[in-house]
Amino acid sequence: APALAEKYGLGRPATADEIAAWDLDVSPDGTGLPVGSGDVFTGEEVFADNCAICHGDFAEGVDNWPKLAGGMDTLNHDDPLKTVGSYWPYLSTTWDYVNRSMPFGNAQSLTPDEVYAIVAYILYSNDLVDDDFELSNENFLDVEMPNAGGFIIDDRETSEKHFWKAEPCMSNCKESVEITMRAAVLDVTPEEEGSEEV
Amino acid sequence: MTESFKGMKPSRRQFLTGAAAAGAGAVAAGAAKAAGDPLITEVQEWAQATGEGVDATPYGLPIQYESDVVRRNVEWLTADTISSINFTPIHALDGTITPQGCAFERHHSGAIELKKEDYRLMINGLVDTPLVFTYEDLERFPRENHVYFCECAANTGMEWAGAQLNGAQFTHGMIHNMEYSGVSLRTLLEEAGLDAAGDLKDKWVYVEGADASSNGRSIPMEKALDDVLVAFKANGEALRKEHGYPVRLVVPGWEGNMWVKWLRRIEVTNQAIESREETSKYTDTLEDGTSRKWTWVMDAKSVVTSPSPQAPIKHGKGPLVITGLAWSGRGAITGVDVSIDGGKNWQEARLAAPGTDKALTRFYLDIEWNGEEMFLQSRARDSSGYVQPTKAELRETRGLNSIYHNNCIQTWWVKANGEAENVEVS
Repeated sequence: APALAEKYGLGRPATADEIAAWDLDVSPDGTGLPVGSGDVFTGEEVFADNCAICHGDFAEGVDNWPKLAGGMDTLNHDDPLKTVGSYWPYLSTTWDYVNRSMPFGNAQSLTPDEVYAIVAYILYSNDLVDDDFELSNENFLDVEMPNAGGFIIDDRETSEKHFWKAEPCMSNCKESVEITMRAAVLDVTPEEEGSEEV
Repeated sequence: MTESFKGMKPSRRQFLTGAAAAGAGAVAAGAAKAAGDPLITEVQEWAQATGEGVDATPYGLPIQYESDVVRRNVEWLTADTISSINFTPIHALDGTITPQGCAFERHHSGAIELKKEDYRLMINGLVDTPLVFTYEDLERFPRENHVYFCECAANTGMEWAGAQLNGAQFTHGMIHNMEYSGVSLRTLLEEAGLDAAGDLKDKWVYVEGADASSNGRSIPMEKALDDVLVAFKANGEALRKEHGYPVRLVVPGWEGNMWVKWLRRIEVTNQAIESREETSKYTDTLEDGTSRKWTWVMDAKSVVTSPSPQAPIKHGKGPLVITGLAWSGRGAITGVDVSIDGGKNWQEARLAAPGTDKALTRFYLDIEWNGEEMFLQSRARDSSGYVQPTKAELRETRGLNSIYHNNCIQTWWVKANGEAENVEVS
């Protein structure tokens, strides 16, 4: 790349209003949070009106829709239940994602105070706050997320160093080959069109 | 997409019914031999009358006889079809370029319709001048062309716990490979100016789409300035609606989730945003309950596409073309080994063309099939020296619950009747 980047004079400066309209992301340190607040009781109502049809009255999930609460201490189980309470490292993500992308099919329809209230209710559903809790931009960082320390940065180049092999085995690599699992036994593959009559 | 890959509905019908049909065809061909094949000895309609005029099809679709070469979805994988996945019919394709019309889709809030006139791209954050580009602006920047694979992080994810789906399309089809034309992200960032960002080493770029899901992801500045493309053409023509029309991000070698479609905003930041798509999703839980984050690179991987469960051997013994695809996010494919005995012995396959950086590579192994059952496997090697591992090796370091990044060696059990099945072997 050239030392001095060439400019082409294309595009135009973004206005402050335009940036405010689109730049909604919230960082783990709270950068991007608007002023506002909402409590658990309000959140329960807003959640019931906007979210419970898919996520359940208690954020426990309906059918195959995501469960937002529960699953505490299951991450090392055979079937971990990953929710905001059991898995998500930062509360900022919950606020940011609800604000920008929920409700599913009617995104960006919630006010900041409604989002604070919903997030407070999700925390309550996960037994992380009491029922009189009010969440605001002021106390946002005080909330402790149980799995905040549960993530490591990609370490494949060290923990999987043995996958970089100088000479992979080419012949007589193992003594026997036995089938240990068959997809046809499970039989969950969709049908091919055209084979239905046979 | 939910993670409940295990609760599936059983189905009663046989997936594969190739054997009977193949037998009938062989009889007909045999009978014809005495007097000569009527397809040759009798004048056929297409050799006598005329076909369609050049005005019949301004933009064509494949011939009707190829109607099985289509995207397929798996209903039980997700709660609905809007935030869901479908699969490229890799079992039926050859070469390396994926036809756009059957290249897989993965949306989080559906495939949106965004016309060029309504398109805006914003660059903001730690830049000298926050900018807004129209689509026409983007077409005026110096352009590049590159072929890269886009593989969903969840490709083969349903197979962590065992052999589940019976076909290469379903086990390995969350992938496509296209020739992209576009502007380097570096060019656009420099147009906005990066002096305000100071030391670029610890800076990030946050990218998001125009759709309701936004699909925001954080990319370290080093990658952003390296080979990331802001693309508006694929395989020679505009992006398909479902692939991000009119503009998407191309992030060579990295998990498909980061290839943000309908790209609307690029923000230079001091920190990773740790969005939903890099905390709740696209993090990989290990056996002890801790999870890897920022597992961006897709490791070396391969699969035999034929024979495979959807592409059985119908021609009997004799010459057999074993073919498949190999790719690596760490560089170019340098070789592919194929085993017909479940990994006891390997032979080096022939690459149709030398592997190129972070793109699909086609391999062939031409054998004489003696009609006995085979346990077909392929093993990719890349320019970093990485060798594609077995599922057992992966499970040893990761356990069963990491969902994403399953690049294990696949086994097809080819039976004496030519049918193939997805299996795991010891």
